[in-house]
Formats: sequence, structure tokens, C-alpha cells
Amino acid sequence: MNAIPKVGDTAPDREFGPMTTEMFVRYSGASGDLNPMHYDRDFAQEAGYPTVFSQGMHSAALLSTFAGDWLGAERLRRFHVRFRDIVWPGDVLSCAGEVTSVEEVDSGHRIVASLTLTRQTGAVAILGEAEFLLER
Amino acid sequence: MANLEKKAESYEFVVERGAVRAFAQAMQSDNPAYDGENAIAPPAFLITAWRWAPEGGRAQHGIPRARLLHGEQEFVFHTDPPRVGDVLTVQEWVSDRFEKVGKRGGVMEFVIVTTEFRNRTGAAVAEMRSTFIGREAKGDQR
Repeated sequence: MNAIPKVGDTAPDREFGPMTTEMFVRYSGASGDLNPMHYDRDFAQEAGYPTVFSQGMHSAALLSTFAGDWLGAERLRRFHVRFRDIVWPGDVLSCAGEVTSVEEVDSGHRIVASLTLTRQTGAVAILGEAEFLLER
Repeated sequence: MANLEKKAESYEFVVERGAVRAFAQAMQSDNPAYDGENAIAPPAFLITAWRWAPEGGRAQHGIPRARLLHGEQEFVFHTDPPRVGDVLTVQEWVSDRFEKVGKRGGVMEFVIVTTEFRNRTGAAVAEMRSTFIGREAKGDQR
């Protein structure tokens, strides 16, 4: 059995990108969110943006990939994200995670981790938090 | 206001194997947990329920599109995440509305929508909470 994580434990580094419009389209199709802002450049420019950009939930889903691989997809009990900055084509996104709380409960251990998805500019695109239940 | 906050119509959401696989691909995951006949749904997969919402199936936040921001999103699982083949019943409602004063002195609206997922026995298995923000109107007009 794996050791119980400790407060302060950090996740192995992981990057996604450079991001492409194709990735945004793939997320549109998989999610059913067909907002043209994320794949139709004319539409985005008419709305005042320089070009298309990622769906917030697409970037959040990448962060959930990272979190699940780190502490166990099947053990996930809560995933919370705040959308902070826009992700553009060409962006390289770095994931980071740190255990912030470990609590013993009847069925095992409840682990809370803080998560960030950061653009190459240093701006945080997604601030996240995930909770996992490690059963005995 | 109570009549505005009634529950939207419920609808069925089937956790389909191909849809889970396509979502895992879009999130650049090769985690075996999301693949195969016994795959679990990735957390954010719950939001794909919205594509199957019928007329009247979505809670109305009421924020005009030009001022609308998706501020936060949360997924809660009361037990193991849903698995391929699960048939869930989805229902949502506006669970909170409040206002804050923005940086420019205008009013920002916050609307929280709760979306509940129940299994065939009627047990709540998961929940989504979506925070929608209405930005300050230009010139502080509402």
C-alpha cells in the first residue's frame, strides 16, 4: 500500500502545451460547449479579442488530469477551480500541486491539495483545490 | 423571488464509454482509469450533462451574455466517481444570489447554480456548483 501523503508534499512537475486551436476544438467537441469564441477567429476578433482562446473548463480539465495522476483518479472526491487568466494559443501551462491538509476519517484519510495552472508569463490561469479519499 | 428560484426540469444523463474516452483525450489524459468498460468519468465530465439538457432543464442565472463571466466551478463526489454505464438523473437550481461592489464602484452580481446527480436508486452521487458573475456595467449603469 502507498504511503499516506504528508502536508507539504508536492506533485511531480508537469507541463501542457504549447496550446493549439485544435486542442480547443477537441474540447468543444468532447464537452458540447460550442461557443465559437474558442475556434472562430473572426468571431473572437469581432468581440474585441486578438484571437481565439481556451475554454476555462478546458484548462481546468487539464489541471484535473494532473491531479488525478498524482493522487488517484478514483479517489477524487472534490475538484474546485477559479478562473483567473485567459489561456491563448501558443501558451505553455505548468501544473503545480501541494498537499495542504491530511485528516484521518473513519474510512481512511482525507487529503486536500492546492493546485495551480500557470502560464509561461507567470500569470496563474487556474487556481484549484482537490480533495481525495484514501480508503484503508 | 422564490418563484424565480424553483428547480429546473430534471433529465437523464448516461455516462457513455465513448464520450468518457473522448473527454479524456481532450484533457490529454492517458490514465487507464478513464478507459475501458469499467472506466470512471473524469471530474469535469459532469459538465457535459448540459449538452443533453432539454428546454427548461437549465437554471436561469439571468445575467446578460455581454457581462457574463464563469468565475468558479466545483465538482463534488459523495462516493466513487460515476462509471461508464451509469444512468444519472440531473437537476439544477439557483442556490444563491448576492452582489458585491466591484473595483470601479459598480455592482457585480454573483449567481450560484447547483446541479445534482442522482443514480437509479435516487441517491445523490455527485454535485456541481457553478459561479456565474455579472461584471460591473460600463459607467455604473445597471
